Amino acid sequence: MALLTVRNVETYYGPIMAIRGVSLEVDDGGIVTVLGANGAGKTTVLKTVCGAMDPRKGAVDFDGRDITGLDPDRVAQLGVGHVPEGREVFPFLTVEENLVVGAFSRKRADFSDDLEMVYGYFPALADRRKQPGGFLSGGEQQMLAIGRALMLRPRLMLLDEPSLGLAPTLAREIAGIVARLRSEQRMAILLVEQNARMALDISDYGYVMETGRIVMEDTCERLKNATDIQEFYLGMKDRGVRGRRRWKQRKTWR
Amino acid sequence: MEVFQLLLSGLSQGCVYGLIALGFVMIYKATEMLNFAQGDMMMLGAFVAITFVNLAGLPFFVGFLITLVVMVGFGMGLERTVIRPMIGEPPFAVLMLTIGLGFILRAVAGAIWGSGPRTLDVPFAGSVLEVGGVVLGYENLVVIGGTALLCIALWAFFRYSRIGVAMQAASQNQLAAYYCGVPVKRVTSLVWGISAAISAAAGVLVAPVMLIDPMMGFLGIKAFAAAIVGGFGSLPGAIVGGLLIGVVEQFAGLYLPAGLGEVSAFVILLVMLMARPQGIFASMQQKKV
Ligand SMILES: Nc1ncnc2c1ncn2[C@@H]1O[C@H](COP(=O)(O)OP(=O)(O)O)[C@@H](O)[C@H]1O
Ligand SMILES: [Mg+2]
Repeated sequence: MALLTVRNVETYYGPIMAIRGVSLEVDDGGIVTVLGANGAGKTTVLKTVCGAMDPRKGAVDFDGRDITGLDPDRVAQLGVGHVPEGREVFPFLTVEENLVVGAFSRKRADFSDDLEMVYGYFPALADRRKQPGGFLSGGEQQMLAIGRALMLRPRLMLLDEPSLGLAPTLAREIAGIVARLRSEQRMAILLVEQNARMALDISDYGYVMETGRIVMEDTCERLKNATDIQEFYLGMKDRGVRGRRRWKQRKTWR
Repeated sequence: MEVFQLLLSGLSQGCVYGLIALGFVMIYKATEMLNFAQGDMMMLGAFVAITFVNLAGLPFFVGFLITLVVMVGFGMGLERTVIRPMIGEPPFAVLMLTIGLGFILRAVAGAIWGSGPRTLDVPFAGSVLEVGGVVLGYENLVVIGGTALLCIALWAFFRYSRIGVAMQAASQNQLAAYYCGVPVKRVTSLVWGISAAISAAAGVLVAPVMLIDPMMGFLGIKAFAAAIVGGFGSLPGAIVGGLLIGVVEQFAGLYLPAGLGEVSAFVILLVMLMARPQGIFASMQQKKV
């Protein structure tokens, strides 16, 4: 049975329907990616899973239990770590304090081995452990946001566009670490990305979203070879039609 | 040596403003709500202390500690029943609610404890300390010492305790704190509880130098001025702003024409708003929208 099951979820911002009947599954230990252009509804899917938004229809099951409508702190306590879009580190807490807050739901006094684990993945953070989170660079803040979610020792990690705004080399480094986390920390990952190439390389299964709906799903191997994906998300096929290319570029903008 | 005595009584008065301002700023940082009943919480705390110390006859420090515990419970209960349902309402509505709450607290206190002024029985009342010809009232020293201890305790709490750090996290980015598993609603309740207890401590500390009556909470208005002067959203700023207003008020009361002492808090506020609108400690707490 899947670790996470999202069934026919519809979520609204006031009167605006942002996702229109989305269903997806994440198996234990798997990496699943959701691709889609800006505004497709990817972030809303993650917010619905983690409890920050309640769906008007549909249900979310985690680990065999219905978590629809739970507050996000309860969902986190069940083992869902969330690396939100835009990193959202605590700007006036030090790096180490940020990490310790990440472990808040765990009933333990000493987190030194967890801190060592995070610093092992992100040595850059170890050098800055006494600095406020707000002083870090974008890449370091992304590392901190991932490290903070790791402190929860999650069974499922939600990752919202970790490569957004990062230099390509840094984005690749983060992708490499995400791939390592799955095997080394035995966690499942639900990865939302606009950077389709990176996401397809490290994921097992992928969904493609457009305007609040899932329009395609398959294994990442097959998605990589699908012509639509190559054209619109990987930018591989060069059609001569200018208008068509401009549209494609806009879809993958940012 | 009049200057020293004025300074001392100004500082002790300022401590009281500062403590109320501290409670006010804590709630603002955690919830972006302005609690205009903060001064009335101080009044309530003073009456609760009178109940335990004067009426029940408990030793002063025991009564003080019980008062703090009772007021933590009061603040948390208030948040849970009255404030939490207001989440998402316009700030103006919340403000009106807390103003109304002040009226209710004054009326209830008048009904329970009577409207006449009372004094809290304190062990150190009236005694003085003489240092090199300067006579220092014990009450003033206790206010200053008590405030200092309370500030150190609060600082350590926010800096070193897990729940204190989580409180800071929740005030810096509420949603991210939720994602970390911080029970933000319960933490917010606790902020209200601590804030009420700080105000109550101010009420108990000021009791020896001030008469206690249901209207004493109006001095909270000067505490709000202190919070703004200190740099709204800064905890150290709240204390510094309170001390500044307390001291200036004492000196203005003696050396300037009658009446200016009373308004000096607001003169400082005006001057500050014109000269340095961000306050003494420019608040770094820019909230994410
Ligand atoms: N706070 C909001 N209020 C109203 N509409 C929103 C809000 N956030 C997102 N939306 C709308 O919901 C849709 C999905 O947004 P989002 O989930 O953020 O997309 P993505 O993460 O794929 O870029 C978009 O059309 C967006 O305009
Ligand atoms: Mg998004």
